[in-house]
Amino acid sequence: MTPMVNLYTRRRIINAAGLIISVLAMAFGLFWLCWILWTLLENGLPALAPAVFTHMTPPPGSTGGLLNAIAGSLMMTLVGTLIGTPIGILAGTYLAEFGHRGWLAPITRFINDVLLSAPSIVIGLFVYEIYVIHVRHFSGWAGALALSIIVIPIVIRTTENMLRLVPTTLREAAAALGAPQWKIVNFVTLRAARAGIITGVMLAIARISGETAPLLFTALNNQFWNSDMDKPMANLPVVIFQFAMSPYEDWQHLAWAGALLITLSVLTLNILARVLFRQSATTH
Amino acid sequence: MNAETTANPKIIDPKIVVKDLNFYYGNYRALKDINLSIAEKMVTAFIGPSGCGKSTLLRTFNRMYQLYPKQKATGEILLDGTNILDKKQDLNMLRAKIGMVFQKPTPFPMSIYDNIAFGVKLYENLNKNDMDERVEWALRKAALWTEAKDKLKQSGTGLSGGQQQRLCIARAIAVKPQVLLLDEPTSALDPISTAHIEKLIDELKEDFTIVIVTHNMQQAARVSDFTAYMYLGDLIEFGDTSTVFTNPKRKETEDYITGRFG
Amino acid sequence: MPTTFLRDARLKRQALFDVLFRNLTRVSAFAVLALLAAVIASLITGSMPAIHAFGFGFLTSSEWDPVNDQFGALIPIVGTLVTSSIALLIAIPVSFGIALFLTELSPRILRRPFGIAIELLAGIPSIIYGMWGLFVFAPLFADHIEPWINDHIGTMPYLGPFFSGPPMGIGILTAGIILAIMVIPFISSVMRDVFDVVPTLLKESAYGLGATTWEVMWNVVLPYTKVGVAGGIMLGLGRALGETMAVTFVIGNAHEISKSLLMPGNSISSALANEFNEAVGDIYTASLIELGLILFFITFVVLSIARYMLYKLGQREGKAA
Repeated sequence: MTPMVNLYTRRRIINAAGLIISVLAMAFGLFWLCWILWTLLENGLPALAPAVFTHMTPPPGSTGGLLNAIAGSLMMTLVGTLIGTPIGILAGTYLAEFGHRGWLAPITRFINDVLLSAPSIVIGLFVYEIYVIHVRHFSGWAGALALSIIVIPIVIRTTENMLRLVPTTLREAAAALGAPQWKIVNFVTLRAARAGIITGVMLAIARISGETAPLLFTALNNQFWNSDMDKPMANLPVVIFQFAMSPYEDWQHLAWAGALLITLSVLTLNILARVLFRQSATTH
Repeated sequence: MNAETTANPKIIDPKIVVKDLNFYYGNYRALKDINLSIAEKMVTAFIGPSGCGKSTLLRTFNRMYQLYPKQKATGEILLDGTNILDKKQDLNMLRAKIGMVFQKPTPFPMSIYDNIAFGVKLYENLNKNDMDERVEWALRKAALWTEAKDKLKQSGTGLSGGQQQRLCIARAIAVKPQVLLLDEPTSALDPISTAHIEKLIDELKEDFTIVIVTHNMQQAARVSDFTAYMYLGDLIEFGDTSTVFTNPKRKETEDYITGRFG
Repeated sequence: MPTTFLRDARLKRQALFDVLFRNLTRVSAFAVLALLAAVIASLITGSMPAIHAFGFGFLTSSEWDPVNDQFGALIPIVGTLVTSSIALLIAIPVSFGIALFLTELSPRILRRPFGIAIELLAGIPSIIYGMWGLFVFAPLFADHIEPWINDHIGTMPYLGPFFSGPPMGIGILTAGIILAIMVIPFISSVMRDVFDVVPTLLKESAYGLGATTWEVMWNVVLPYTKVGVAGGIMLGLGRALGETMAVTFVIGNAHEISKSLLMPGNSISSALANEFNEAVGDIYTASLIELGLILFFITFVVLSIARYMLYKLGQREGKAA
């Protein structure tokens, strides 16, 4: 019996060790999340003065706010979403509803999944090459274009996934009434998947509102108020990048304030999207 | 109603004795005051319509329910006189003594050889030779040796459904348990494979105490020595298989067996 | 028969709409492929001057001299690969632990909140990781961890040279650690999802033999899901390779190659972020774009393998069901 007992004791120790390590790994993950959020609150809250929302980005060594950067970020995010979402929904619809035969759907699905995680800085380079070089200046349009390219794959993926969750019986019921396919898709299936698709769009907005790399070579930055999308445009991520890397303390404070703003809005969007999706999933 | 229902057959020296067993899924009482004994080295079958609690009862014998929160059992299940529902009962050791085979074949994602060695290695440090012998022994017992001896290194998932199920039986008996729980072992198999397994059960009872859950009454009649008929969590009738099938004491049992309901 | 006529016209119009709508969606799907082709084509065109000037030597040269227009990609490529490897070394075991916790150990009520918390870690913009890394993590690392590494690992034979150097806080190792924190949520959520598809019966049969939770995970669940797990790891690798902002803040942006992981270095993406807007001259710009092309190529290959593996697991699931 002794060898068996020994073997068994060893197994139990290995098991206990494995499980403890697993708990530690979980704690490790949560630890970073808490630490990062804590740092943001600690540095961002004191810097979050009203001036942040009313003043423009300051020249080195003086105080100011982030108004132009906030406005620029909002505008480019909005335009980027408006360009990317329809294309994404249409392409996602193709993958889920029409692409049962032929080569286009499987290849598109695969390429889309790859683009979903493609390095965003390359997207910036791409827009620089095809647009900025030709108009010879950085602009808000270029930034919005880069962001829209990031939106498209996310919306395609969620649209397809959500449409696939719509029961076939619903499509068949509509078809049995003699409805043409474009009506079935637009008025029945897309509508049934609406909450899920909105979730996807929200997650896409969350993703692009924090993106810095694709804006570096496209929208660049602008120290002044600018509502002309055809000119270089200030935006929170690039301002944070420049200010945080600078030696001026005022700038660094503003960077923390901006970082807190971005993170809070991104996390809020993330949580809202999940709550919304969960609610719709339980009511259906 | 239970007291009058279960005139237990006389089982001398039972392997398992179930006393006042109740089982709960959350607040739902799935087993109601079950009392019965399982005879050693015999085949006992649990039958009844789906949802009657027959699988639930089987899964209390190796406390498989413990994987899931909100499921609990009260009462006693004595294995050779020791209450296995006791908190102090070591689960892994219990499952070394009580093996189980499931509704569908569940070969692990590894070779046929390793499938069988996996369980053995949990409890014994065997050298290569002894392990080879054990694997062969288990495969022979499970009537799979002739078909599998040339492909021991191949993946277990490559076998046919019936072979996979016999592999699972081999895997369970390789640990040398005392009791073998079979939870609808042929429900996913074709008639020929089913006949194989039924023949196997007959041979295995020389070495093991076998408890089988089946939805197929003919199967229970063919393979078992004792039969328990359950309905909605109650044990309605328990006795010699021949008695239960030919001369049931209760009207409900008769109705079920003659196919008038269920 | 005016009603039938009207009806026919109506049906014809519907049929026309059907064709239009279907083709509209098809064109949109095709746009994704066109986008990929355009990205590749534009990057190749943009890097042409550098390709002409340096040929394949670009990949193996460690020269980076804007003054004399001599460029080679070796240092950023090595930096990218080394930081990503460090990230994976840390992230794989931690992610496995988290996925194990979420699928097997966590109390049911806490499973969702914990899962969301880990996913939120993925939601935090990378620039925040960068700032936090530069202002919070790097100083702590320099004051408390690097001296210890220097004293204990830096003096060991063989391993020593990789772990010695001035404790500056920023450098390859720091970048690798921050990357690890960033990819943990990606890898662990893929692992959790693939662990969730393991049939309950399979796990129960392992438990039924008396296996412990660890043995079930390690010997049954992990082999069963190995393709998906590998896919998740590749996905994390793809992320780590292309990550820009977090790395740019903490890697040190030095065009040098040094044995020690504590020294500053450079990665492809951080070289781009730092230098592209200031690059003057065709060759300099083209060299940076070629760096981008190399990065895109590497991540494309890695991510393709990742997706292929995940599809394969999905297909097997489909067959089993």
